[in-house]
Amino acid sequence: MMKLHQFLEQSARKYSGKTAVVDAERGITATYGELQKQAESIQEQLAAAGVVEGDRIGICMPKSIASLAGLFGALRAGAAYVPVDCTAPAVRNALIFNDCAVRAILVAGHLAEGLCAELGNGRFRNAGELAFLAPYGVPAILLVAEPQTQTPFDGVDTSNLAYILYTSGSTGKPKGVMHTHASALAFIDWCSELFAPNADDCFSSHASFHFDLSILDIYVCIKHGGKLVLLGESLGKQPAKLAEVILSERITIWYSTPSILRLLSEYGQDAQHDRVALRVVFFAGEVFPVKHLRAVMAMWPKPRYFNLYGPTETNVCTYFEVPASFPAERTEPFPIGKDCSGDVCIVADERGLEVPRGGEGELFAKGGSVMRGYWNLPQRNAEAFFIDKNGGRWYKTGDVVKINSEGDYEYLGRRDRMVKRRGYRVELGEIEAALYTHESVSEAAVVATPDVENGVVIRAFLNWSGEKSPSLIAMKQFCSKKLPLYMIPDKFIPVGTLPKTSTEKVDYQKLLEME
Amino acid sequence: MNNDAQSIQTSVKDYLMKTFLPGEDPESLTPDTPLISGGILDSISTVKLVTFLEEQYKVEFQAHEINSDNLETLTDIAKTIQLKSAARA
Repeated sequence: MMKLHQFLEQSARKYSGKTAVVDAERGITATYGELQKQAESIQEQLAAAGVVEGDRIGICMPKSIASLAGLFGALRAGAAYVPVDCTAPAVRNALIFNDCAVRAILVAGHLAEGLCAELGNGRFRNAGELAFLAPYGVPAILLVAEPQTQTPFDGVDTSNLAYILYTSGSTGKPKGVMHTHASALAFIDWCSELFAPNADDCFSSHASFHFDLSILDIYVCIKHGGKLVLLGESLGKQPAKLAEVILSERITIWYSTPSILRLLSEYGQDAQHDRVALRVVFFAGEVFPVKHLRAVMAMWPKPRYFNLYGPTETNVCTYFEVPASFPAERTEPFPIGKDCSGDVCIVADERGLEVPRGGEGELFAKGGSVMRGYWNLPQRNAEAFFIDKNGGRWYKTGDVVKINSEGDYEYLGRRDRMVKRRGYRVELGEIEAALYTHESVSEAAVVATPDVENGVVIRAFLNWSGEKSPSLIAMKQFCSKKLPLYMIPDKFIPVGTLPKTSTEKVDYQKLLEME
Repeated sequence: MNNDAQSIQTSVKDYLMKTFLPGEDPESLTPDTPLISGGILDSISTVKLVTFLEEQYKVEFQAHEINSDNLETLTDIAKTIQLKSAARA
């Protein structure tokens, strides 16, 4: 079976002198030949430090050619890479690395000391600076752990693991989502089918490597010999500069969350958008409010637009191509579409039985791209999957959907974002969609909290562009024209930009804690 | 107790502002603002409002009278109170 790093080997043979990667922030590039050599060098250094097949390698570096080579070096060594958000607190990253007992860590020089302090337990030694063959932007230190005499993870199958992505759990403790080479490949092969990438394509790499969107960027690009443009953490949030890079690098494939696309359409307006080379725009990770999607499509009318859906646990499992034109009065978000080839989804009731077509239920996904499981969480794994009577293993997404008349899945909301109010079921996302139609609302997030007197209190946090603060009376009247009365929020709170998680999704946890 | 329409409206408005809309600009609540269909009074607040009206104006509401026909706007409320007071007198 093919392994992810073999895509780089193949492309390095075929396109040795061709540019593989551009670090747009630091203005440096590497060819396929150079990237491959760099990956081999890191593999050798890891092997010399004692890394063996089945180990985990932590990556705590800013996005750079060096960290990209690090991913491939770890894979070449037979290990799974564990990328973390290097801007997150060291204590959180240390928790992740200790949780999956990484054997070595590639850490940016300036972060090494802080991380070591938090890793504690004296297991790690500093094995010195990682040797790079060229100035690839970020000096890095290799930390190596003493091999453990006994593994506490007897139940975890580490064979053929490619990477572990930690996602924030609802309990607050991050969970490690394990993907194998096979589950990543199933997704990458589907991408090849969907939009026929080729060596002339230039891919954006906007998502951080610890975010699952990066899997498409990196591996689909490298597989087809394309050019990968790394948009680092700070560049990634500057819409005017991003718009310039999209033009100057002639990016053809863009993939990001909707919030970044929205920023581009609002603040990247000076660029000459008619000259962009984009042919495909993918978005994923959250619902794209139609008014913002429309603005993006007006800015870039040429590319095809796809809504990709899937939790980290499944890669992408359904997709929807947005029609090139749609009625101006449309406000409801587009569906999440149909199953990707290789995956099967069903809409299931609480017993795991498929609901009649058109009924609401939880989306279950089964197939090649579904994760192996969570790292060392047997209880969570048992809860996360539904095993049918034929032994089929279905990941329970926690998302409530129904199939519409076109046969597309319509996303209705998170199971855990549905609350009962006065006996009615309320989907908080539906309230957000209504608020987005208000001319002074550029972002909306709605949370529900239990309340002794009223059962549940619904608060709407708004990124508000109006001159005066939103009036409760005016906002309630506005909502009453869009929503049933029981769904109208009790409070409207202007907050400026909404707080975001490291993957640019609205941080509901933080909003819940706000008064 | 002054029961002309204007003073009823003023005193009900004071009650609504104080109880359900603290901090709001009083000008945004006009005699014609839809209170029930506009989502400003939910069923619980409507019951509270009725209790206030009953105590303040010594009138009684039957369950079927607690609806938007009688209580939709400040104008409607004043009219309802006047009718009820007249019937009692």
